[in-house]
Amino acid sequence: MEATIPMQAPPGGAAKAPRPVFEIEGLHIDYTTELGVLHAVRDVSLMVNEHESFGLVGESGSGKSTLAMGSIRYLASNGKVTDGSVRLNGVELLGLPAKELRELWGSRIGVVYQSPLSALNPSIVIGKQLAEVARQHLGMDRSAASTRVIEMLTKVAMPDPEAVMKRYPHQLSGGMLQRCVIAMALMTDPSLLIMDEPTTALDVTTQAVVLDLVADLKREFDSAILYITHDLGVITKICDRVGVMYAGQFMEQAALYELFKRPLHPYTLDLLGCVPHFDPTPQKRSLVTIPGAIPRVDQLPPGCIFAPRCKFVEEACTTARPPLVEVAGAHLSACRRWEVVPPPAEYLRDATEAVRAAQTEAARPGVLVEGDDVQVHFKAPKGVIRAVDGMDLEVRIGETLGVVGESGSGKTTVARAIIGLTPSTGGTITLRGKRLPRSTGRRPRATLKEIQMVFQNPDASLNPTRSVGDAIMRPLSLLGGLDRQRAKERAKELLLAVSLPVSYFERLPHELSGGEKQRVAIARAFAAEPELILCDEPISSLDVSVQGSLMNLLMRLQVEKQTSYVFISHDLSAVQHLSDAIAVVYLGHVMEIGDATRVLTPPFHPYTEALLSAIPLADPDIKQKPIRLGGSVPSAMFVPSGCRFHPRCPRCLGEVCVEQEPPWREGEGDHRIYCHIPLEELARLQAETLVLADQGEGA
Amino acid sequence: MGKFILRRLGFMVLTVILASIIIFWATTVLPGDVASQTLGRFATEQAKTELRHQLGLDRPVTVQYASWLGGYVRGDWGTSPSMDTLVRPVVFERLRNSFMLAVVAFALYVPLGIFLGLLAALRKNTWADNLISVGSLAFIGLPEFVSGLILIAIFAIELHWLPSQSSIDPHSTFVEAFPYLILPAITVALTSLAYVVRMTRSSTVDVLQMDYVRTANLKGLPPRRVLFSHVLRNSLLPTITVVAIGIGWLIGGLIVTESVYDYPGIGRLLLFAIQRRDLVLIQATALLIVIIYVVANLVADILYAVLNPRIRYN
Repeated sequence: MEATIPMQAPPGGAAKAPRPVFEIEGLHIDYTTELGVLHAVRDVSLMVNEHESFGLVGESGSGKSTLAMGSIRYLASNGKVTDGSVRLNGVELLGLPAKELRELWGSRIGVVYQSPLSALNPSIVIGKQLAEVARQHLGMDRSAASTRVIEMLTKVAMPDPEAVMKRYPHQLSGGMLQRCVIAMALMTDPSLLIMDEPTTALDVTTQAVVLDLVADLKREFDSAILYITHDLGVITKICDRVGVMYAGQFMEQAALYELFKRPLHPYTLDLLGCVPHFDPTPQKRSLVTIPGAIPRVDQLPPGCIFAPRCKFVEEACTTARPPLVEVAGAHLSACRRWEVVPPPAEYLRDATEAVRAAQTEAARPGVLVEGDDVQVHFKAPKGVIRAVDGMDLEVRIGETLGVVGESGSGKTTVARAIIGLTPSTGGTITLRGKRLPRSTGRRPRATLKEIQMVFQNPDASLNPTRSVGDAIMRPLSLLGGLDRQRAKERAKELLLAVSLPVSYFERLPHELSGGEKQRVAIARAFAAEPELILCDEPISSLDVSVQGSLMNLLMRLQVEKQTSYVFISHDLSAVQHLSDAIAVVYLGHVMEIGDATRVLTPPFHPYTEALLSAIPLADPDIKQKPIRLGGSVPSAMFVPSGCRFHPRCPRCLGEVCVEQEPPWREGEGDHRIYCHIPLEELARLQAETLVLADQGEGA
Repeated sequence: MGKFILRRLGFMVLTVILASIIIFWATTVLPGDVASQTLGRFATEQAKTELRHQLGLDRPVTVQYASWLGGYVRGDWGTSPSMDTLVRPVVFERLRNSFMLAVVAFALYVPLGIFLGLLAALRKNTWADNLISVGSLAFIGLPEFVSGLILIAIFAIELHWLPSQSSIDPHSTFVEAFPYLILPAITVALTSLAYVVRMTRSSTVDVLQMDYVRTANLKGLPPRRVLFSHVLRNSLLPTITVVAIGIGWLIGGLIVTESVYDYPGIGRLLLFAIQRRDLVLIQATALLIVIIYVVANLVADILYAVLNPRIRYN
């Protein structure tokens, strides 16, 4: 099997030794807080060569951003670099006078930030903000700077740069803004480009476009890139070398392909196992979990800091802290037992289990909830917002319907219409064949009990002044009709069911971590023993390892309680992992729906195809066809004529797509595609969208 | 933008009309009308009825209101029974005097408040910040008649630097009046200063933590440039609103301060009118104060919108 490793070899060939641009050696960063001095980053070294990009991966609290910002000496006033060396093109940054450092910022060092909207000044036009860099560092006057800005915006493939320059940040989409920030960072052709989660705030499709752009620019510009992310998939698209951080230090550093195919640290192995692997077969397997949580940097265990959570731990690991050493050519690991770390494929097979047998088509369970031509239209001063515009959906008993689409696709609104929080304005929604009133206010208690919801942000959905126990007891007494004593007992059982200790009963939400809060939200949703739970991006804001364990929890509870789910996400990897059926929605309409396996194998709707090409899969062996969508989802106030996807569709046929609404094309089973192109034709065109590596074959 | 201003203008006119109804209603339901005020306690019923007829007070209330408002718009504000002169020239003269006082007070507290607020934000949690925050808070709690008397005791009676009373000739020019304006202006400024300081401090602290300030710093711009072109532009927006709404507070403060110093401004005129139960004068003065207040708020909204593109383009 041929491996595709993006930009593995630096240009110039192997003969010329790569020139190191950015070198960090033995860096220590401390924060002074109320808890005392925290050693946030400890003895960290890394090197980024010319034309190379180094991926800094870690969960929240791993210290990756502190490391990146601290290395260029941009720290909060309570942060301090206490030891080490940082060199940029051989110049030591740590002893540099503040004025000279500031001259390097923005000229030799460019930075791209996580959220482009907040990284740009809301009250200054884009052009001026970009020109500032050229004027400050290139000594250009107003008109020369403006020419330079247009040139840079053109390089980041910005349509109509002159018009964009006159815009304010809030007038541009996230993808456009991130291009502006990238153009700003590259204005002076810097030696080092720091990218701090630059695509995390963007939609998958936009993310793919921005990642392509970064890969292109990497070839064009000489900058070395330090790329920070929590997303293992994104790493495979951009980075040559990867360092995995954990609680303030490196666990492993290796070339990209090595790290993914033959990790030599148990933490890396576990991280890879937490991410759902793309698998269109109908079997449902659990994900690897990492017990416990990342330790606080002031409460590190004495030996290996990963030892308490490690599955390969032995006595000696808990006494002395192992250093990060070279274990195989340019492969560094901080594990003393790196030799026993198994290849990922083998490990995944042994550490996960089949959760339930696949449903065979003949034995598919009956329909629980059916939405027929559901509409949610809002009246706005300037027109009608067609948030949900005629969706047909069905959820079967004990199954999961995954709903996937970009932001603005109406996926959350349709869920709110099903539960009645946002009354639908047209169509019908039935529960076991019985029509549901449009709003919660008109639904009888017995019906309310049957549908519950888990929201994206547990901070906002749990009342901060009510204890965990109260939160779970409320639906028990309100909808379940239990008295106080029984409700209390039941709430404790539910805590155990979501793998939280009973002692959490009295705690307030702010005493819990993000993942724990979401477990409470799940317990609360299950409390009323509903038939359907709507999960609206329940894991999106959480760390990878926490996402994995929550997905396991959702799957386990589903099998135990035979509850149906609607799982809403922009993350197709998570959706394919959990779902029996998938609905792909775009601008308020279903584009494709059916059995998960059928939706994930050709023929695809062109939109599904684009989403599949865009997801960053955490496997460098999977080859994805580069299908990219231009622009962004249009406003639901101005739904395009004919097929609503036609303005962005890479396979648009022309007139017929612009003028006529597409037909539903029936595939095998209940698979349906809303497209003008016949299924056979789609299948032929799309045969090579995803080429999967042979599963089970290690590096 | 034009649409936005038109809308606000519409609201403004509505507010003024509503206020005029309340003012008129309040002054007519009070016991005793203009006729009994003018003729005194011992006038005969017949004389009163005759005067009421002359003044049109025997017409229905709505007709009276319409003719009053119509007159107000045309510039016919009536004759004051207690001063026995036309109301409008008196009110405008006093308004001019209050305006002079307000200008001096404004010139004192707005720049000083912004400066102190910025200083406190940039030196957050240091002794300078604490001193400024606590100091300005203390003045919020101090009513004008107390701070005024303290100032008089120190600067007029102890040090003899400034006059203790400001009962100048109402026709004085700004230059003539200036020495008499200083103490009352400081008194007014002290209370408003704290609002400006606190608003500037808190919004600057917020803005300094914004991602775009990090961006500006990491662009390598000099710190002064970061402050002036990236921070102030955003952090002074809320201050502008506070300053403009402060004009309303200022009027309230003027009534007390002008009485403490016996300064012939609109505040003291209103107080005088109330003491004399001069309904014509009360109506004219009160409505004028409402108009000033509403216009100040409109100016604040427009300024805010001009400086904030997120509002300007929505």
